[in-house]
Amino acid sequence: MIRGAPVHSLARREFLKLALAATGAAALKSVDAAPISKRKTELIDVNVNLSRWPLRRIRGDDTPTLVKMLRNQDVTQAWAGSFDGLLHKDISEVNTRLAEECRNHGRGLLLPFGSINPKLPDWEDELRRCVEQHSMPGIRLHPNYHGYKLNDPDFARLLRRATDRGLIVQLALVMEDERMMHPLMRVEPVDTAPLADLIKATPGLRLVLLNALGKLRGKPLSNFIAAGEVYVEFSMLEGVGAISSLLAQVQVERVLFGSHAPLFYFESSLLKLKESPLTEDQLQAIRYRNAKRLLAKSL
Amino acid sequence: MEIWDLHCHLSGVPGNTPEARLGKLLEYADRMGIARLCVFMGLEWSYDPSPEKMRQENDEVLRALKHFPARAFGLVYLNPKHTQASRDELNRCVRDGPMVGVKLWVAQHCNAQELDPIIQRATELKAVIFQHTWVKITGNLPGESTPMELAELAARHPETKFICGHSGGDWELGLRAIRPHKNVFTDLGGGDPTAGFTKMAVRELGAERVLYGSDAGGRSFASQLAKVFGADIPEPAKRLILGENLKRLLRPILQDKGIKI
Ligand SMILES: [Zn+2]
Repeated sequence: MIRGAPVHSLARREFLKLALAATGAAALKSVDAAPISKRKTELIDVNVNLSRWPLRRIRGDDTPTLVKMLRNQDVTQAWAGSFDGLLHKDISEVNTRLAEECRNHGRGLLLPFGSINPKLPDWEDELRRCVEQHSMPGIRLHPNYHGYKLNDPDFARLLRRATDRGLIVQLALVMEDERMMHPLMRVEPVDTAPLADLIKATPGLRLVLLNALGKLRGKPLSNFIAAGEVYVEFSMLEGVGAISSLLAQVQVERVLFGSHAPLFYFESSLLKLKESPLTEDQLQAIRYRNAKRLLAKSL
Repeated sequence: MEIWDLHCHLSGVPGNTPEARLGKLLEYADRMGIARLCVFMGLEWSYDPSPEKMRQENDEVLRALKHFPARAFGLVYLNPKHTQASRDELNRCVRDGPMVGVKLWVAQHCNAQELDPIIQRATELKAVIFQHTWVKITGNLPGESTPMELAELAARHPETKFICGHSGGDWELGLRAIRPHKNVFTDLGGGDPTAGFTKMAVRELGAERVLYGSDAGGRSFASQLAKVFGADIPEPAKRLILGENLKRLLRPILQDKGIKI
């Protein structure tokens, strides 16, 4: 494989084309059926997880229920990782099941984002399988649950290989509030200090920070955004009028809708769009346009 | 249905004056359909305020309330380490002023005996007691109370109405700790919108003991309202949590003050 030349299998390209078309079709259908005042635009949720949270049963921890819940909220596409990717060592099985669940229950709604652990032997073949076998548009990383820091050379290599293969990289900084973790499952939030340099050193990288905005604000945040093609979602963003405050720091083109469902109530992110006064253009960019444009680059 | 928010602050909100900040909070509250806010603590927070600092923070809240009497209530911020000053402040802000309850934060563990004279006075005035609680696996602040400690205090004062701030943070523990004490209500605010929280609260305490609060401006109204709107509980339970319970809790003191709701 030649560095810098994205490798796409034909099957994956067709799959992603369908995924892009599907969000449009779903939206059109709902527009046709609904009176003008009720017209829904598209909504792409870039942060959901399938399977079970290890410490609690939650509504939507089975795929059919989650799909139903997302459809009820007018979500037209959801980028799905798997909670199993946090702790399971057989990550190949996790990713295969994730792809199957998306295909069997998602009916065009769910796009699988495979888990990659660069500390596992032969992880590069896992990356190949995500692309060639599962036609995934991207991967999701959990460095704190997988036991490595961002200054680990394997992480830098993973960013390069993923970029070579045209994958979107989603980096989850935390999964839950550090203060209320299970005593036997405590992990520190990902230390993002090395990240800006890595972004600059990986041309072509398309990076989405998940569960990042609980702590990441101000200068460090704008440094990441300026370092390359970096996006954020706001499931963990807090503060009154939070989206307005975020848009004062980050250009709207880099903001994606993410709910962290089913672990978080889906309504949280949705209501944040109501709490801040946003223009129609900003709303559309955040609800679907930015995510769609990002996904289209995988073609 | 009217939504009342139990738990708001002037901190974390833009504005140079108390009334500017409360005005800003209300702008966002209006967008979310929230009718009334309970506000406590001043522009700058103090873990262990001196009597002077206590008075200053309460003055800031009083000043903000004056501008929005139909939209906001105040709780008086007290430090049990300064027992007499706290009782004086209670008289000033609740008996002689418009405030309707007490906020206790992290100066002193709430099972300490020093709280008793404050609780007694507050109870005479029909003021509710909001006690911050948290169980942090990362370690509590030196004076920070747990819901287990609040349970001890509530057992000593069965006639007093207590509110367990944040449901103990680690709500799967906190809700259990307060469960046996029917005079303890729980605050859903100030933590992540983790699914299942509200359903457990309703299951273990009954919907009548569960209150919506946001902890805005540090938190969004959105994320905290989502805990109720998104909960897998019946609609009547949501109405209780979003406003009816707090109205019922405050009705005695509001009646004494001649405030119609
Ligand atoms: Zn608070």
